[in-house]
Amino acid sequence: MLRYTAKRFLSLLISLAVASLVIFVVIEVAPGDPASFMLGMNAQPETLAALRTELGLDQSRLDRYLAWVGGMLTGDFGTSYTYRTPVTEMIGDRLWVSVPLAIYALALSIIVAFPAGIYAASRRGGAGDIGVMGATQLGVAVPNFWFAMILVLIFSINLRWFSAGGFVGWDKGLWAGLHALTLPAIALALPQAAILARVMRSSLLDVLGEDFMRTARAKGLTARQALWRHGLRNALIPVLTIIGLQFSFLLAGSIIIEQVFYLPGLGRLVFQSISARDLIVVESVVMLLVFSVIVVNFLVDLAYAAVDPRLRART
Amino acid sequence: MNRNLILGATLTAVFLLAALISFVWTPYDYAGLDIANKLQGPSAVHPLGTDHFGRDILSMIMVGARTSIAVALVAVGIGMGAGVPLGLWAAARRGSLVDEIIMRGNDLVFAFPAIVIAILITAVFGAGAINAIIAIGIFNIPVFARITRGAALSLWQREFILAARVAGKSAARISAEHILPNVANLLIVQGTIQFSLGILAEAGLSYVGLGAQPPVPSWGRMLADAQTMVSIAPHMALMPGFAIILTVLGLNLMGDGLRDLLDPRLRVART
Repeated sequence: MLRYTAKRFLSLLISLAVASLVIFVVIEVAPGDPASFMLGMNAQPETLAALRTELGLDQSRLDRYLAWVGGMLTGDFGTSYTYRTPVTEMIGDRLWVSVPLAIYALALSIIVAFPAGIYAASRRGGAGDIGVMGATQLGVAVPNFWFAMILVLIFSINLRWFSAGGFVGWDKGLWAGLHALTLPAIALALPQAAILARVMRSSLLDVLGEDFMRTARAKGLTARQALWRHGLRNALIPVLTIIGLQFSFLLAGSIIIEQVFYLPGLGRLVFQSISARDLIVVESVVMLLVFSVIVVNFLVDLAYAAVDPRLRART
Repeated sequence: MNRNLILGATLTAVFLLAALISFVWTPYDYAGLDIANKLQGPSAVHPLGTDHFGRDILSMIMVGARTSIAVALVAVGIGMGAGVPLGLWAAARRGSLVDEIIMRGNDLVFAFPAIVIAILITAVFGAGAINAIIAIGIFNIPVFARITRGAALSLWQREFILAARVAGKSAARISAEHILPNVANLLIVQGTIQFSLGILAEAGLSYVGLGAQPPVPSWGRMLADAQTMVSIAPHMALMPGFAIILTVLGLNLMGDGLRDLLDPRLRVART
């Protein structure tokens, strides 16, 4: 396990290094002169010179890259040109919206998908199975930002149960915060729940055909007991991998969903920065998103290897 | 013939046809403003109603289908064009450094969801449908590379490949002449799925302003316009939404149906 972990960790470091290099090249090398790009055509020469010095454009590209990476390693993402505040602070504030939203949505999708998938598998071929599978087919076809608009129409505008957008902040209490994130989380969870329910069902169906399930039944367990004691535990392994992979889709989805609900999360920050041409903020937010996807997948790999020793031997 | 395939192919055909017809005919000029008739619900005159500028929503959806289909189709083309050769190459050199580099590169691209690639491109080069195509296309590459490599790996163990090797054919020739035709079915099914995901992704990118720009009509932008109008004219949000759902549903059903048709073994496993 130790050797496997070390190997995966090395590959994690290489991935992060290459990803940061790609982002750096696109943001800082591709536009030619980032300073004149950020200030636009009519910039004063003095302002331009000042920004050049601030961005370190008088240094070589390699030095700039190393300074950027070194800064991030110590938690310093630079200073936003538009807001004149440290990017670390700005991102920190936004994370308190985006991360709880992603976790809330993940929890909702698991709460819906597990029972739905188990139910469909246990009623294989029956009306219940067909109903659940039909619903998941629809669930993956619905764009979540459109579903979000429909939720707003029904629950905010007509029923007035939730506000149509904005975020009150966690200092108003946990309940108020969760209440504001409920509709966005439901919208975000829908396609994920549909995918997860399908994976849960097919994984469980695979396991139900295994010899050890027949042995469990032969020992005198009822179908229900065998499912709960032996089936679920084994079926969960592929499901956990999918949950890990879904994290990147949740993050990507939250960028769009935040736009529907005017939530002050990472997504809104990055769009505001794009229109303000604040490349420093865009660069940092993109790196943070990619970093979290790479690290989550690394953790899923480790968890997977811990559960299933065969995987360690293979790589 | 199975029901999924028929239903899916019918839905897909309807939207393909709508897009094609829109080149020669739409009920109204999709860009024609008619403020006097703005925000009208569905009626005999405007079957799907009008938007806040009085534009005919049916005409906009027909023209918008062109954008969605073009973006998703080219993105699948990019994914297949780059991903399939990479996957074949990795499988032909399985276990070598080339294989390792291709697969690790795949993992890396997977860490950049389409929206993140679109953000990167847009921040520097500005928004547009081309950027959406590139972003979705890049995201498709590892999908096709991985699925091609996986299928090709098992084929390389088969006896007919061994025979081809004994006959002195090079790895490249075997990949092109024997491996590729045998993974084609799989690629067609995956292509359908990526096509539907591409339509969803294009709508999402256009909705947040990273995709097609005015005056090019797109379903995602129609939804963005509808957002502030949703309380007074819900049909503005409902109609493009239904168009997206039906197209994606049609493609997914068609993909499922094709898989059952092309690989009967899976039919047993899945039901």
